[in-house]
Amino acid sequence: MTPDRLYEKNVTITGIGQSEVGRPSTKSAMRLTLDAALEAIADAGLKREDIDGVSCWPGDNNNGSSFSPVGPNALISAMGLQVNWFGAGYEGPGPLAGVINGAMAIAAGLCRHVLVFRTITEASGRLIDKGAAALTNKTPGRDSSYFWQWYTPFNVLSAVNLMAMYAQRHFHEYGTTPEQLAQIALTCRRNAMLNPKAVMRAPMAMADYMASKMISTPLRMFDCDVHCDASTAIVLSRADAAGDGPNAPIRIEAIGSALHQPWSWDQISLTEMAAFDVGRMMWQRTDLKPKDVGSAQLYDGFSILTMIWLEALGLCPRGESGRFVEGGTRIARDGVLPLNTNGGQLSGGRTHGLGYVHEACTQLWGRGGERQIAPHRVAVAASGGGPLGGSLLLVKE
Amino acid sequence: MPRKLPALTPDTAPFWQGGERGLLYIHRCAACQRWFHPPSPICPHCNSFEVGPQPVSGHGTVATYTVNHQPWTTELKAPYVVAIIELAEQPELRLLSNVVDCEPADVRIGMPVRVRFEQHEDVWLPLFAPEGQP
Repeated sequence: MTPDRLYEKNVTITGIGQSEVGRPSTKSAMRLTLDAALEAIADAGLKREDIDGVSCWPGDNNNGSSFSPVGPNALISAMGLQVNWFGAGYEGPGPLAGVINGAMAIAAGLCRHVLVFRTITEASGRLIDKGAAALTNKTPGRDSSYFWQWYTPFNVLSAVNLMAMYAQRHFHEYGTTPEQLAQIALTCRRNAMLNPKAVMRAPMAMADYMASKMISTPLRMFDCDVHCDASTAIVLSRADAAGDGPNAPIRIEAIGSALHQPWSWDQISLTEMAAFDVGRMMWQRTDLKPKDVGSAQLYDGFSILTMIWLEALGLCPRGESGRFVEGGTRIARDGVLPLNTNGGQLSGGRTHGLGYVHEACTQLWGRGGERQIAPHRVAVAASGGGPLGGSLLLVKE
Repeated sequence: MPRKLPALTPDTAPFWQGGERGLLYIHRCAACQRWFHPPSPICPHCNSFEVGPQPVSGHGTVATYTVNHQPWTTELKAPYVVAIIELAEQPELRLLSNVVDCEPADVRIGMPVRVRFEQHEDVWLPLFAPEGQP
């Protein structure tokens, strides 16, 4: 379908903020959230009173679990915000759904400045309950969850098993190797070493990667992201209200949020996931091309997902991500496609979704410090795996 | 191994309990003749309500798999194999299960497998073993 209205082009990012990234942090989840939110509002050159919308993914769910301890309800009340629209919820196009929903609220005329945030406290969550990552603890009694009920009886108690099966299929169909997959983790670590906030900053060599514990073949421990306590926030502003701030507005050039398949981890295409639907939609909504992208901030909750996003967004040919990342030079900070320049979630910390947008803006605005890459105008951020997927093409005005 | 059991509903009970009679039930649409999983009251292909559980052959192949090495709970015995099985009845007709009764290291994509059932309370879990195993 050819889009007849490109609503997102009237929406810009004007400010970003992020709390400390702790492993763990001693601050409360709300305090982390406030640190991020206030920094983002100030960065946009705005005051609390200017914020008239709040958006979040997934919001306060599972009784305030460490996966998402703070939602819009709590933040609006804590800050005394007066909003015209707010929203959150798990069901949507992946961890960037908060940005996409907030952009829609602005384009629809409900708001002028939307605060988008994502708070996660899985590092301190794990300290309290070592088994917090296992799904059995989250759903007492018999499993009636729409999708997990088909997996937990077979002892799929972590998402890693599902991602590992995508990886195994990728290896089988395209000849992808462990050494190629390792480049995602190694690249992230090299970048994290230049990011003072990154959780994992010790050097990592190929031998370290290969020696890391096998979790679920072919995924090793270093293919899995690292828990942290952090909050990330961005301010979305209507384009005609964005000019007064200190930052050059970053326009949302195109959004990808499509799902043309079942919402399922096993019925969805094992090589495309939702990501290919997302990529096709995003490029339909812009005249820009993959070759215009100056930085790629792609979901690395598990390394294989980054590989599939590279293909899904047309940044390399289908099935070629292994050969594209081989040796790591193309995806290095001085390569043709700098990838996850803050260390991603694999080494930077699992800020979960919004961290990619934060880093894309950091680089576009030239604030990357030691890890700053060459000046560029276009960045892409994408987040999610399996049936979860969303992407943003960002252009600095 | 301990298993977390699924809640049974009118839509899902035939799938989880067919093993009592040694049969794997998958939903099929009478209007378009296509199979689908997981079970639901409507055909996702043609939206007909003329759907219901029918026994399948129990034969399939491994579409993809992983050998899980991480003991997520203290009771779990790793390694074990999680797999997505493509059933013989229709291309892309898939379900998630375990491959059992073989060495985890011997599992391959494309490997022919056949269903066998493991009873837990009122649930008969459909698991898969390599074709030709006793």
